[in-house]
Amino acid sequence: MHEVDMTKCLLLSMNEWRTRHEPAVPTVDTVHLQVGAFTCVEPDQLVFTWQAAVRGSWLDGARLKIEPVPLVGRCVVCSSTYAPSAEQGYRSPCCEHPMEEIESGRELRIRSVDYTLTSTPLTVASAS
Amino acid sequence: MHMPLEDTLGLNLLAANQHQAEHNRAHFDAWSLLCLNVMSSPGAGKTSLLEHTITALASDLEMAVLEGDMTTQLDAQRLEAVGVPVIPITTGRACHLDAAMVSGGLSLLQQRLDPASLDVLWVENVGNLVCPAEFEVGEHRKVALLSVTEGDDKPLKYPVMFREADCVLITKTDLLPYLPVDLQRFEAHIREVNPRCTVLPVSATSGDGLEAWYRWVLSSCAALRADPSPCVLVPA
Repeated sequence: MHEVDMTKCLLLSMNEWRTRHEPAVPTVDTVHLQVGAFTCVEPDQLVFTWQAAVRGSWLDGARLKIEPVPLVGRCVVCSSTYAPSAEQGYRSPCCEHPMEEIESGRELRIRSVDYTLTSTPLTVASAS
Repeated sequence: MHMPLEDTLGLNLLAANQHQAEHNRAHFDAWSLLCLNVMSSPGAGKTSLLEHTITALASDLEMAVLEGDMTTQLDAQRLEAVGVPVIPITTGRACHLDAAMVSGGLSLLQQRLDPASLDVLWVENVGNLVCPAEFEVGEHRKVALLSVTEGDDKPLKYPVMFREADCVLITKTDLLPYLPVDLQRFEAHIREVNPRCTVLPVSATSGDGLEAWYRWVLSSCAALRADPSPCVLVPA
């Protein structure tokens, strides 16, 4: 369940982002994440731990929306892109070359935040 | 009436851990101290490998260990017995070390010695092929172990770990005669997810292959000394 630790890291980043708007307080509607297929993160577990972690904090009610990013490799022999699979040993189907370059799939990115600004003082989510 | 707003962050999800890892790394660079993060599944032989390596390289290198373990200090006791300073980091329920835990371990280490007097800091991670791959601790190189008893399909099933490693050790090769496995298939599957890493078959029991591993450690040390990264210390 390292998604719990991932969520803690995410909350730290969100707290830091919140301070950019001081003295106004942002009310967050949705946090958009990109999660690549070639990472150790299970999106459903991340959403589950997020919901538990934000309860009672300034992010209470904020949704976490995850955009999955597929694994795309680039064959270094012929430069074409392909969808690597474990069954094919991640090799490129065009040239049977090992997966040297990853075009996408390693993303763990906070892409954007949808929010409104209010002036109500709220408490900061604890990351501990 | 509030206008809906959108901020584009483009920030790594693990940015908080990454900042701490970079801070640790800046310290390692300032001390010319090579930090090696050793990772594998439980029981692949990390502690045995370190026992042999530390004993064999004791006359060449000054070393210390940060020992990650979920609940016990058994591994830390084994490594103290070979005569190096060991800082145990008990992670509790966490299945990996993160940069903040390593930073805490470094503070404890500094109470015992001057890290600048060391050549290598071994970070023995918690036994796990999934989580440690995503959490940088500030290491210069990642070392992954895969024992022959685990099966040659593991690089395909846990590709991120083997993709991230700079050096993969295929361990317990002395058991190969008793197993229906093929060493070449282990290496081939590692190469499929990571064509650029160093792959070294070793056995701590028989000693086979260890010389090549020791040379890899020594050359990694030499590379760090020859090209010390510019040290910019940032506030924690």
